[in-house]
Parts: sequence; C-alpha cells; structure tokens
Amino acid sequence: MEKLKLATIWLDGCSGCHMSFLDIDERLLALSDRVELVFSPLVDTKDFPEDVDITLVEGALGTEEDLQKIRKIRERTKLLVAFGDCAVTANIPSMRNPFGREEVLKSLYVESDALNPQIPVQSLPELLPHALPLHHYVHVDVFLPGCPPAADTIYQVLSELIEGRIPDVNPLTRFGA
Amino acid sequence: MMTPGTAVKTFTMDGKPFSATEEETILDVARENGIDIPTLCHLEGILPTGQCRLCMVEIQGSGRLVPACATKPEEGMDIITDNPRLRNYRKMIVELLFSERNHICAVCVSNGHCELQSVAQRLGVNHVRFAYLHPRFMLDGSHPKYEVDHNRCILCGRCVRVCEEIEGAHTRDLRNRGIRTMVITDFDTPWGESPTCTGCGKCVHVCPTGALAEKGKSVAEMAKRRHFLPYLAMRRRGGK
Ligand code: SF4
Ligand code: SF4
Ligand code: SF4
Repeated sequence: MEKLKLATIWLDGCSGCHMSFLDIDERLLALSDRVELVFSPLVDTKDFPEDVDITLVEGALGTEEDLQKIRKIRERTKLLVAFGDCAVTANIPSMRNPFGREEVLKSLYVESDALNPQIPVQSLPELLPHALPLHHYVHVDVFLPGCPPAADTIYQVLSELIEGRIPDVNPLTRFGA
Repeated sequence: MMTPGTAVKTFTMDGKPFSATEEETILDVARENGIDIPTLCHLEGILPTGQCRLCMVEIQGSGRLVPACATKPEEGMDIITDNPRLRNYRKMIVELLFSERNHICAVCVSNGHCELQSVAQRLGVNHVRFAYLHPRFMLDGSHPKYEVDHNRCILCGRCVRVCEEIEGAHTRDLRNRGIRTMVITDFDTPWGESPTCTGCGKCVHVCPTGALAEKGKSVAEMAKRRHFLPYLAMRRRGGK
C-alpha cells in the first residue's frame, strides 16, 4: 500500500500542539506504517513538498511570512487541518489584537528595553495588524480545536483522515480543551 | 395538581400533543417533557427576558421565530423546536457571541465550566465564520472578593436580574446599546466602591461564562454554584 504524505507545520503557536502529537506515543509507529512524514519541525526538509495529502497546521497567522507559508501549503495540500485553538481561533496570539500592532511593538521593543530601544526591521518578518485564524485567509478542511487537542483526539482524527473519512470532531474536543 | 378553573391550553410541539397552564412557557413545557432547547440567558428562578435568542423555536404556519423562554403557548399552536433553520441560526448566534468579545478559552478562569463553551460544542461550533472584532476592554478588579472581565461577557443579563430580583440590591445594570452594551455597577463606578453591593456573590455564580469570577481562581478553577437560585426564588415568593 502506498503511504500517504503527511506534513506538520508550526506557525504562530507555542509547539504545545506538536508536543501533544508526540504524546500519541507508540501509536506513532502504527501511523508510520500508513503515512510518510514529508515535512515537519521533526524532519530536516527545508522546502514544503509539492503533493502533500494531509497537513496539520499549528498556530495562528501572525506575520507576512506566515501568510506566504499558508498560501503555499494550501496550494500543495489536499486536506488542510487547523490544528489546535491558535490555528482555529487565533487563541493566545490574538491576545495582542485589542492593542494593535504598533502599540504592541512599541511596548515590547521600546518601552521595555532601556539599553537599546528600537523596533527591529531587519531579518524579522513583518507583523500582521492582527493575529488571525487560518480560515480567515485560506480554506480549511478540518477544524481540530483544543489547546492543545488531546493526544487521543489527534490520533483518532488522523486515523480517520488516513482512512479517507472526515471525522466529526465535535464530540471529541472543544475550544480550550 | 391543577387548581380548579385553571385554563389549560392544548397545542403540539414537534408533532406531539401537549398541554400547558396559563403560567407555563414553551421552554417550561419542553423541559418538563425532556425536549432539550439550548439557552444561555435563561435561568430558573429569575425572570425570562429572551435576550440571547438561542432558544428560538418556529411557529408553524407563520414561519415566525419566538424565544421559547419568554413565549407562552397558545391554543392550537404548532411549535417546532428543532430543524435545520433553527440549528443554523443557533450556531450563528453562538459564533457572533464569540466574535464580539475576546473569549480565549484556554486562559479563562471558567475553562471547562463555561456555558458558552459547552453550548458551542453541543451545537457543533468548532470555528467562527465571522470576523473577530477584538474590542479593547478593561478588567475591574476593585472589589475585594470578585472581578469582572468584560472580554468574556455575553450580555445575558443574568447578573443584573439576580441582583435586582433575588438579592434586591439592583447594583448592576446595562449601559449603551448593541455591541457597545456594557454591564455596569451602580452609575458605572468601580465595583469595589459600590455603596449598594452587599458582596453576596449571586451575580458571580449565575454568570454563564468567566466574565464574573471570584478572585484568586486560576485558569479552569472557577466552577459556578447555582442550585441556590430556585430555592431562594421560591422563598421570596413566600414558599416554604
Ligand atoms: S493551541 Fe495551545 S498548545 Fe497549541 S500552539 Fe496554541 S497555545 Fe500552544
Ligand atoms: S455581589 Fe450581590 S449585591 Fe453585589 S452586584 Fe453581585 S448580586 Fe448584586
Ligand atoms: S457579566 Fe456574566 S451574567 Fe452578567 S451579562 Fe455578562 S455574561 Fe451575563
């Protein structure tokens, strides 16, 4: 049986969703019989591959760079999963939204730095005015809320997706789970 | 037991025959008979206002949607409590509530004990289709025991009603209109300076979300206790 191509990526998130993914423990071996991990913080590939079957996206869209990445991922992925509350609702990154980009940058880089107060402009991607959920920019196929979603939930959802079924996630998880 | 001379109305709900007394609302009859209609602003023991609109039901023939908590059945009425149209509107209401303020469940005192969160899960709301408004709200922590976080308020008015109707203090009210509406203390003074608040905590425990909380509770610790309400309401009416 040919293996499905699985990718995972971590945008504006804390890596907690990936940690929960690793908490699947020995069942990762069962998954690895069915999927090949083609792109992830866990593998050493620089470019997002062309034809990916399933991509789990952790984190909100917080920068211009995130936007470029998600557009490329969307083009190259059959099933895009908003993985965890940050991807689904913008969650923790969205806590900056009521203050606005300029005020946040000023407070962090100017007011809190007595020695070298300046807003970095080089080598850092530009911050978007607001951190937003994935589906506000691209089409999302499966929403998997939870902060992070439980390992069992991730395993169940992935197993179903691998079988070619779209699972009903609502009984399994919720915002903030 | 029905008192003699009480007018009884007969009607159908989801195709089945029911009867109700003069006082009963559509929601009362539904709940007595195990028909589950979701609500957020309603609470047994305080007056129904139909504020959240989640309990809307359809009246056959007119196509009209009415709030089940604040509508009494009429003779011969044909009521639908659940269909795709109602489910769609209920989902939209919950999504709009999430988009109007800053509900970040993962860091909320009421995570896991929140009625908005659980109603969202029950109705299958696993993302919000509307644009988030990210309003800028402050927290009022001036009271020694309690705090209010307007980011999590859904304007259900339960706190206003329990404070007026049960505690009799009428410390709380609503200011402004539409999405600018705010729950206030007295004439919009800090809670800690309120001359009318007795510090009873009733408002805190009827609040469906983490908007009103006890101080010193961290994420997911604020579970609400509301069993006192029907009992107090009955005592106020002179019951034993
Ligand atoms: S959803 Fe929670 S665990 Fe996942 S990245 Fe966001 S903050 Fe971290
Ligand atoms: S603590 Fe009691 S008196 Fe004070 S606002 Fe809340 S319900 Fe009213
Ligand atoms: S503070 Fe709580 S009880 Fe009062 S209106 Fe807001 S959500 Fe409802």
